[in-house]
Amino acid sequence: MSVQIPYEVSPRLDTGVNNAKLGIWLFLASEVMLFGGLFAAYVFLRLGADSWPGMLIPDTTEMATRADQILSVPLATLNTLILIASSVTMVMSWASLKMNDFGKFRLHMGLTILLALGFLVVKAFEYGSKFGHHLYPETNNFLAVYFVLTGLHAIHVTGGIIVNAYFWGPGSKMWKKGTARAKEHFTNRIEVAGLYWHFVDLVWIFLFPTIYLL
Amino acid sequence: MAEHMTLEDVRKHVRVYMMVFAALAVLTVVTVLVSYLDVSTYPALVIALFIAIVKGSLVAAYFMHLISEKRVVMWVLITTVTFLICMFILFIASLADQEQLAALAGAIQSTVHVA
Repeated sequence: MSVQIPYEVSPRLDTGVNNAKLGIWLFLASEVMLFGGLFAAYVFLRLGADSWPGMLIPDTTEMATRADQILSVPLATLNTLILIASSVTMVMSWASLKMNDFGKFRLHMGLTILLALGFLVVKAFEYGSKFGHHLYPETNNFLAVYFVLTGLHAIHVTGGIIVNAYFWGPGSKMWKKGTARAKEHFTNRIEVAGLYWHFVDLVWIFLFPTIYLL
Repeated sequence: MAEHMTLEDVRKHVRVYMMVFAALAVLTVVTVLVSYLDVSTYPALVIALFIAIVKGSLVAAYFMHLISEKRVVMWVLITTVTFLICMFILFIASLADQEQLAALAGAIQSTVHVA
């Protein structure tokens, strides 16, 4: 026996929200535990370490006492600003649909995708610089934590780009049907995609100071 | 988030988004500047986490619309954060346990040496 869940964007009487919204929040709850587990592992490794980062500053014989002697704070700050800006353009793309302005939606969603790609380019430069100094996840616990947490985050950014690019391109056919119901459904999809994207931003807001600055 | 919003409601929201954007950008710069202050790890951690929590709350409250979200979403989040805190406690408690075990092993070893 199969139970069909109707695809409706109106709030359910029992939950007070629509199914898609409850679904994405439950998914984000599982994501909190995924990143939370890795953060907890980071805290565990750091509290148990004799020294942190516990390695030489690249190209010197001096022991690093802070993460920012190994990692690039200017690049990470730039990436923080890029992600924050992308969160704004994402929420603006949703607001544009609420204002029935599809052109502005395309503009803002396009900017969100470009900013996300910019984030990944900066990240690629960062990783390239580490690999150039023969610094890999296997080098020590600090780099393992850095690569795993930022790598998992970058995978999430990539996932967001794929979803947003779909809605910018082929997925927007739904809006173009022109009916009020189709428009409402499409706006709902963008809101849900936005919740995911803001979560990705939220994770970075905690990753940035804890990994790069302490 | 209210499902039915007027055009004026959306415009008000857009103004708020811009203010939140400015606040997040300023707080990012503050986080970096504070990290260059000559403070030890723990006060630095508290300051960095405090600013991160403020920034995270702004994103969650305004961009994710939690400020006007229904109770069921709040309950999902409250449950998640509760389990998250439990997980952190387990990790840290196991570390404290290891330290106690190490101290106990050291005490036993020195007792054996004395004997």
